[in-house]
Amino acid sequence: MLDIGLTHFLVVSAILFGLGVLALTIRRNAVLMLMGIELILNSANINLIAFSRYQHLNLEGHVLALFVIILAAAEAAVALAIVLHIYKTNNTVEADRISDLKE
Amino acid sequence: MEISILFYVFAALTVGSAFVVVFSRSVIYAAFSLLFTFMGVAGLYVLLSADFIAVAQIMVYIGGILILLVFGVMLTRKATDVEVRSGTVRTLPALIIAGIVIGTLIHAFTSAQWLQVEGVPDIEGTTLELGELLMTTFVLPFEVAGILLLVAVMGAALIARQEVK
Repeated sequence: MLDIGLTHFLVVSAILFGLGVLALTIRRNAVLMLMGIELILNSANINLIAFSRYQHLNLEGHVLALFVIILAAAEAAVALAIVLHIYKTNNTVEADRISDLKE
Repeated sequence: MEISILFYVFAALTVGSAFVVVFSRSVIYAAFSLLFTFMGVAGLYVLLSADFIAVAQIMVYIGGILILLVFGVMLTRKATDVEVRSGTVRTLPALIIAGIVIGTLIHAFTSAQWLQVEGVPDIEGTTLELGELLMTTFVLPFEVAGILLLVAVMGAALIARQEVK
C-alpha cells in the first residue's frame, strides 16, 4: 500500500456516486433507477471502508458499512415489490409514463 | 507495486461497468454489468483489508439484490417483447449536472487535508472483531436491523401479491 492512498479510493467512489446520480436522472425504466440507487450506496460504502482503513483501522466503519448493506437489501426488496405493483396497475415501468398513484 | 496494479484493475472494472449500467440501451446488459461493478467493489474492499465486508458484498449484492433486480427486469416485460430496451431522457443536462457533481467531489477529496495515520499494518481477519462488536457495542442496531429485514420481507410480499381490481 505504498503509492495507493486514501484519495484514490475516494476518487473512485466519487465517480461511482456521479454515475449513480446520472442513472437516477436519465433512465426511464424504474428497475434501472433502482440500479442507480445501488451504485450510490456502494460508493458510500467504499468511502466508509476507506476512511476506516486509513485511520487506525478501527472497525466501526465496517459495522456501519454492514448496516448499509442490510438496508440496501431491505430497500431493494420493498422497491421491487412496488415496481411490480406499478407494472400490474399501469402496465409499464417507464417512470415518465406513470402519472397516477392509484386507479 | 502489485497492489497498485490490482487497485487500478478493480477501479477500472468498477467504473467501466458502471458506465455500461448507466448508458446501455438493453436492460439485461445493464443488469449483468452491474454484476461486474459489484465484483470490482468487492475487490476494492479486499484491498482495504475488509475481508468480511467483501464476502458480505458478494453474498448480499450479487447473490441477493442482483438476482432480485434481474427478476424485476424479467417480470416487468411482456412475453411478446423480443428484447427489453429502455432509452434515456434529457441526457445532456443530466450529463452536465453529473459532471459538476463528480468534479466538485473529486476536487474536495483531493484538496482536503485528511487525517491519515501512516503505517497501519494490514490485519489478518476482521470477522472475529466484527462479530464481537456486533454482539457488544452494536447489539441494539443489530437486533433492530433484524426486525427491519423481517418487516421489509413481509411488506414486500404484501405489496407484490396485492390483487389489482
